[in-house]
Amino acid sequence: MRFIDEFRNSAAGRGLALRIQEKKVRPTNLMEVCGTHTVAIFKHGIRQILPEKINLLSGPGCPVCVTPNADIDKAIALAKNAQVILTTFGDMMKVPGSYSSLSQVKAVGADIRVVYSILDALKIAENNSRKSVVFLGVGFETTSPTTASAILEAERLGIDNFFFLSVHKLIPPAMRALLDSDEVHIDGFICPGHVSTIIGSQPYEFIPREYGIPCVIAGFEPLDILQAIDMLLEQISAEEPRVDIQYRRAVRKEGNPIALKYLSTVFDVTDARWRGIGIIPKSGLKLGQRYERVDADCAFKIVTRPPKEAAGCCCGDILRGVSTPHECGLFAKACTPEHPVGPCMVSTEGTCSVWYLYEEEGEALSQTGEPQANNKPVTLKE
Amino acid sequence: MCLAVPVRVLQIDSLEALVEVGGLARQASIMLVPDVQVGDYVLLHAGFAIQKLDEKEAEETIRLFEEIAEGMGD
Repeated sequence: MRFIDEFRNSAAGRGLALRIQEKKVRPTNLMEVCGTHTVAIFKHGIRQILPEKINLLSGPGCPVCVTPNADIDKAIALAKNAQVILTTFGDMMKVPGSYSSLSQVKAVGADIRVVYSILDALKIAENNSRKSVVFLGVGFETTSPTTASAILEAERLGIDNFFFLSVHKLIPPAMRALLDSDEVHIDGFICPGHVSTIIGSQPYEFIPREYGIPCVIAGFEPLDILQAIDMLLEQISAEEPRVDIQYRRAVRKEGNPIALKYLSTVFDVTDARWRGIGIIPKSGLKLGQRYERVDADCAFKIVTRPPKEAAGCCCGDILRGVSTPHECGLFAKACTPEHPVGPCMVSTEGTCSVWYLYEEEGEALSQTGEPQANNKPVTLKE
Repeated sequence: MCLAVPVRVLQIDSLEALVEVGGLARQASIMLVPDVQVGDYVLLHAGFAIQKLDEKEAEETIRLFEEIAEGMGD
């Protein structure tokens, strides 16, 4: 496919890897903030071709994973209301809340529908005017403009049975929270490319300015990621931290002004709770006053029991980059993709799920003589 | 969840477009990029085009990668 294949060229990949290997660096921790980057890094075997001194840490950029149990419990309570059709993305279905998951309540009769796009949810609302259709809006700045667009579209079409439970979150405040916690040493950030198509590069400027840490906004193909790592190492060795854009074909400095306008029209920025991190100031989006009537939090009386966490689950530490999945006692034992205990094992972009798929299964396959998923620069294919 | 793929715009009708995804045509909203034209490439995420691809920038990056590849003697 055009604009994909060109960024997977094997020889260029080896060339970039060589550039990285030839650089004299001290031990360096680079954090990929975005879960989509984590998947790409494992899928393309990038960790295996980096020098040992360069350590990639996975950050809190899996929206499903950082949604706290209290919010999932709320969605489940809404779904149990016989008047409600709950709509959401497939990733949310199996995430365990405090007492059950959306999948489990659907199995016993709740009307929950998985949609590919919020526009599908809008159509469900249009076709079920006697029901209240609630969309569970999860995701970062890549996704929240689609929610904002649908809210504006519903208003324009006069659809008044479409409601929103917004658990949308913002990435830059979470990066600040990680830096302020001082729990993990970060030498450079691989910044999320698709979030940045919306917000641009300016919202990361505080990171080099206040914390002296380099940032490179990266695309998702293997050559993009390798080039971004090379650019970060350049900044580190020159001791000139700044925000560079590697993903120039998609990211402009100013982002997408129309999407940003829709976001500010529909949402207010609010403090939000992140799983494993706690409340981060100004890191969430709630519907603004003008749209309160379609805010499920205001329109429905949602009663939930106090939230609780699964015993032994280390998702919180993993989301902060403090622990790796192998340091969790449940990983690949009590917690597997078939029987996930925590959200990091549920979401296809969760760190535990990615490690399990590319490391554990790779190992198991290697013992049976099958091709391995974990030892190949798979992707650097022609 | 932040996955977005580059797709080509085939047809435009107001703020709706038909885009080509892996040889198949599908509907996408262009509310967030209303200025795109037929033939442009956009990034598709959850049914919405979220940004137009800058083909000139893409070609420059590709050219740089080709130079690196040539340096490897392949």
